[in-house]
Amino acid sequence: MTDLIHLSADALARKLTSKEVSAVEVTQAHLDRIDAVDGAINAFLHVNTDEALLVAAEVDKARTGGDALHPLAGVPIAVKDLIVTKGQPTTAGSRILEGWQSPYDATVVRRLRAAKMPILGKTNLDEFAMGSSTEHSAFGPTRNPWDLDRIPGGSGGGSAAAVAAFEAPLALGTDTGGSIRQPGAVTGTVGVKPTYGGVSRYGAIAMASSLDQIGPVSRTVLDSALLHEVIGGHDPHDSTSLTDPVGALVEAARMGQVEGMRIGVIKELQGDGYQAGVLTRFHESLELLRSAGAEIVEVSCPNFRYALGAYYLIMPSEASSNLAKYDGVRFGLRVVPDGTPTIERVMGATRAAGFGDEVKRRIILGTYALSAGYYDAYYGSAQKVRTLIQRDFAAAFEQADVLVSPTAPTTAFKLGEKLDDPLAMYLNDVATIPANLAGVPGLSLPGGLADEDGLPVGIQLLAPARQDARLYRVGAVLESLLEDTWGGPLLAKAPEITQIAGGK
Amino acid sequence: MTAVTDEVLTFDEALAKYDPVLGFEVHVELNTKTKMFSSAPNAFGDVPNTNVTPVDLGLPGVLPVVNGVAVESAIKIGLALNCRIAEKCYFARKNYFYPDTPKNFQTSQFEDPIAYDGHIDIELADGTVFRVEIERAHMEEDAGKLTHMGGSTGRIQGAEFSLVDYNRAGVPLIEIVTKPIVGAGARAPELAKAYVAAIREIVKNLGVSDARMERGNVRCDANVSLKPKGQEKFGTRTETKNVNSLRAVEHAVTYEIQRHAAVLDSGTPILQETRHWHEDTRSTTSGRPKSDADDYRYFPEPDLVPVVTNEAWIEKLRAELPEPPAERRKRLQADWGYSDAEFRDVVNAGVMSSIEDTIAAGVSAPVARKWWMGEISRRAKLADVEPAELGVTPELIVELNALIESGKINDKLSRDVLDGVLAGEGTPAEVVEKRGLAVVSDDGPLLEAIDGALAAQPDVADKIRGGKVQAVGAIVGGVMKATRGQADAGRVRELILQRLGVEG
Repeated sequence: MTDLIHLSADALARKLTSKEVSAVEVTQAHLDRIDAVDGAINAFLHVNTDEALLVAAEVDKARTGGDALHPLAGVPIAVKDLIVTKGQPTTAGSRILEGWQSPYDATVVRRLRAAKMPILGKTNLDEFAMGSSTEHSAFGPTRNPWDLDRIPGGSGGGSAAAVAAFEAPLALGTDTGGSIRQPGAVTGTVGVKPTYGGVSRYGAIAMASSLDQIGPVSRTVLDSALLHEVIGGHDPHDSTSLTDPVGALVEAARMGQVEGMRIGVIKELQGDGYQAGVLTRFHESLELLRSAGAEIVEVSCPNFRYALGAYYLIMPSEASSNLAKYDGVRFGLRVVPDGTPTIERVMGATRAAGFGDEVKRRIILGTYALSAGYYDAYYGSAQKVRTLIQRDFAAAFEQADVLVSPTAPTTAFKLGEKLDDPLAMYLNDVATIPANLAGVPGLSLPGGLADEDGLPVGIQLLAPARQDARLYRVGAVLESLLEDTWGGPLLAKAPEITQIAGGK
Repeated sequence: MTAVTDEVLTFDEALAKYDPVLGFEVHVELNTKTKMFSSAPNAFGDVPNTNVTPVDLGLPGVLPVVNGVAVESAIKIGLALNCRIAEKCYFARKNYFYPDTPKNFQTSQFEDPIAYDGHIDIELADGTVFRVEIERAHMEEDAGKLTHMGGSTGRIQGAEFSLVDYNRAGVPLIEIVTKPIVGAGARAPELAKAYVAAIREIVKNLGVSDARMERGNVRCDANVSLKPKGQEKFGTRTETKNVNSLRAVEHAVTYEIQRHAAVLDSGTPILQETRHWHEDTRSTTSGRPKSDADDYRYFPEPDLVPVVTNEAWIEKLRAELPEPPAERRKRLQADWGYSDAEFRDVVNAGVMSSIEDTIAAGVSAPVARKWWMGEISRRAKLADVEPAELGVTPELIVELNALIESGKINDKLSRDVLDGVLAGEGTPAEVVEKRGLAVVSDDGPLLEAIDGALAAQPDVADKIRGGKVQAVGAIVGGVMKATRGQADAGRVRELILQRLGVEG
């Protein structure tokens, strides 16, 4: 049965459809795996055993009864704990929401339920998705399955690690500045940030509304496409959701074709600050794409150098407002201080106790940036930069069908290494942030292991808005070429996970 | 409650030295079926916290969706106020912590309101027309309702605890803001009242609000400042919040003019602050300091897309606008030929529309007025209802009038007929038949009654014979009494005079 956990979602779906395995068997295998390894990984904040098995049993019954089922029915999935679910806690990785249960499902969760995909549980993250290492979770860090002393990336380290550790074939993530793609890069998994508006945000706890996007996490490009088609498409509950149909993403992934395509290398997203082993693998990927018939061109996006600065004004500004609702009045933690508990003091004490340092840092930063007298200089300027970055993308996409860069400048760093240096932590997202600022889709896939540390390197593909299909088309080709180069899926090279001292 | 009453000058003293400058912020609650940004019912008076969705409670992960009907209502209000309508406008977040605001920000409009640069002409009681310039009308959401318990004042200060009802949170509001109103002088209080009355009438006439001030459908914040006569520069203003009846608006403006004058006379500057209005003492007390530098950290609402209008849509809405109330009144008065006094009484009695319908059903303007201002108003007063609520239809009045004109019944009998109809005894003709109410038109019984009445009042008979024809009323009264009112008084009069040989 342990073989089941190593199968892709696509393979599982086939076996389920052909009744070779039951949904209960598949789900149980993953629950067993979680039980076996999550003490070491800490990918899950909540395991949804009973409901997952119940849904699996329903799928099996429906299949026996000959009912029409979604192709992914019975394929289990993990959900980042930033996305609200009925019947399970949703914490956003924060003490301020500890024990809270949502009375409603996020739109993406409703769609998972409609497809009858058993939800295995909720995955760990940096508090309110603020971080690049999952170390800012109030419930302890998630560990990288490749090296338990290293970070799994963030904020979606839980979802990436769960998939990398074969605890789930699929997971949902959210990506505001790279929170799906950077964890994908450092754990050797695939992660996609769809076009802004391509997937409903309704029920994703907001960090920065104009940047947040829900997307798939998986081990293969095709699996992400399969999940993307389940969760994508218009939602009347999200005014920013696109009305376009989700598109033939699975078809694009199955077709996988790069011949004659122009692939643009972004000049500004390489060189200084990028680990040598990362750049070696990146250039190798470029050669593979060229060998498959793509034309490699260099493009320049001069304003990308301002992206990080603009991002760290827009994101905290929106976050400072989005997180105002956590005040102890209606839900979640409430701290009543000694003395006369006025409403201000209750709100203040609740927020002081409930939020971690990184969240407070961003709330303070954002509050300042929006303040009268500073708004134009900070928030206003950042929005102008955002426009310039969109123009850079527009110009680049005149010359190239798809852009490519390393996903993250380095491989996974050690737990604790950057925890006291916020700016060093923020630099992890330097290559992923521009896509969020411009609303364009991006995909990260494993590009091999860095020579110096033997850790996964991520390759990022970027496409124009609404052209998510191109990511799958190119990603599937590169994935297949890389598997040929490395002799199979990269994750086959990951070490066995052993329980560690100090684990859960 | 005991409000500390400030020193005041008399109104005349104040006006002798100072010119008042007014400004109004009127909040109009729309009567849309659902709230501004959610599908929760927009209803008054329901059990607290029942008309709420996760959106209205600001639960984690929720997103707003703009109510299209509310946007149309806003445009209609803008058009009725002769405003320009923005081609593209945005929502903005107004950030402040308060427990009646579930998200701790109010979704409003800031830099670009949907309607701007308008005016309305306000007609005062003596016919003077005063133009009030409208700065803007913008869309926003109402807050919840707090009830402070345990304190002596009903305010948050001193309360033991507070209850919050979010049924009102998210109810669509249009805030109408005037430009500073100068030059009203001693008529400022009257103008204030007339302005708010005009806004209320306009939104009611548009059908976009129930416009019931006692329910808070129309709420007024009144700004007052004084400047020494001849000075150009405005003085410091105070904003008296929630002055929620027409009379209170007039009184609050009067009081603030008197109070400002006393403060200025004493050589102290006016403190820019909000003031609370107290109906019982007809005075205001200090609220909170308010400055133009209040920092709400406004920024564009990233969860909503801009509202985009177009010429065709606006013109379609313009075509749907009802006739403005002031123009309609002018037209009806001219059509009906009522004097100014008569017409004002009709308006004040709230029967203008009923008269219009009754005339349309086929009676003359004087007859319609006689009925609605006479018998029907009298009955409404007794029953303590609006005249229109008595169930008297225009058709009924037409029938009653026809019976009178044909001589079948007289005015007095018509009241009995009306009783019968309202008691469900049938049509007027049927009631006449059933109750035996027809006028006695046979002269025989009348002459008998006349002789009886003359015999009973010989001195009156002598007076009439002696030429005092006006004394005939007493005999007529006697005859009517004897015939239980079922005589035609005119015919009775003729017969009496004939009998006594006197020329009428």
